Amino acid sequence: MLVKELIQALDLEVIAGIEGEDREITGVYISDLLSWVMANLQAGNVWITIQTHVNVVAVALLGEASCMIIPEGAEIDENTIEKANQEKIPLLRSKLTAYQLALKIKEASNLK
Amino acid sequence: MNNIQLSYNIERRDFSRAGEASSNIKKALRQLGVNSATIRRVAVATYEAEMNIIIHSEGGTIGVTVDVDKIRIDAKDTGPGIENIEMAMKEGYSTATSEVRELGFGAGMGLPNMKRCADEFSIESSKGNPTKVSIIIYQ
Ligand SMILES: Nc1ncnc2c1ncn2[C@@H]1O[C@H](COP(=O)(O)OP(=O)(O)O)[C@@H](O)[C@H]1O
Ligand SMILES: [Mg+2]
Repeated sequence: MLVKELIQALDLEVIAGIEGEDREITGVYISDLLSWVMANLQAGNVWITIQTHVNVVAVALLGEASCMIIPEGAEIDENTIEKANQEKIPLLRSKLTAYQLALKIKEASNLK
Repeated sequence: MNNIQLSYNIERRDFSRAGEASSNIKKALRQLGVNSATIRRVAVATYEAEMNIIIHSEGGTIGVTVDVDKIRIDAKDTGPGIENIEMAMKEGYSTATSEVRELGFGAGMGLPNMKRCADEFSIESSKGNPTKVSIIIYQ
C-alpha cells in the first residue's frame, strides 16, 4: 500500500510533505519515546506519535518512516510542518486514536 | 583509498537543530554508497550521541571516519562527565529533566542502543571531565 492510498482510505488530513505520497508502507510503529522509535521503527513503517515538535521529523527521516500520523487531532508546531515539507516526508493527521488508526490501517491493507 | 572524515559541532540544548548532524551524516553515507543496514546502525548511534551531547553536556563534536571496511564514530564533549558509567549504561536509566522527557527524549535507551549498534564500543568519562564515546561498525 502506498501513502497516498492510505490517505484516501483513512481520510487523513495532509499537513505537509505530500511530495512523499508515493512511498510504500511496510507496517506500523506506535511510540512517543524517540529512542525506542530510533531503535525499532522499520524502514517504510507508518509512525504514529503524539509528539509534534520539530525533532520528530529527523527521527522519521533517520528511521526511514514512510509517513507520520498525528492522532487525536493534536496541534502541530509550525516549524515541524516546515521541516516535513522541506524533507518531503508526509505529515498526516487524524481525529482517531492511535489504536483506532492501527485497526483501520489493518482493515485497509494486507499488513500483518 | 584514503578514508573520508566528517565532523560536526553540536551545541548544548540546541533542540531546534537536534538530529541535523546525524541526518547529514546519513545523507553523506548514502552518497558514498554505504549499504543501508550499515547506514541504519550509524544513524541510530550518531542520533543518540548527538542527543546526549545536546541534552546532557556543555557541547561537543561528532566525528565520523569512513573506511572501506568500517565506520568509526567519535563523540566528544567538554563535560560535565558521567559519575557512574555502569549506571548510565543501564536500560531505562536517565537523569533527563521532566521537560526534556515530555518531548520524548530521556528514555534512558541512548547508550544501550549505541552499544547494540556497535561492533566495538567504548566510553570514557568521569565526574567533572569530558565524555568520549567511540564506536566502530564493520560494513
Ligand atoms: N555526554 C554525556 N554527558 C554527560 N552525561 C551523559 C552523557 N551521555 C549520557 N549521560 C548520562 O547517562 C545517562 C543515560 O544516557 P542515555 O542512555 O543516552 O539515556 P538518556 O539520554 O535518555 O537519559 C543520561 O541520563 C546522563 O545522565
Ligand atoms: Mg541519550
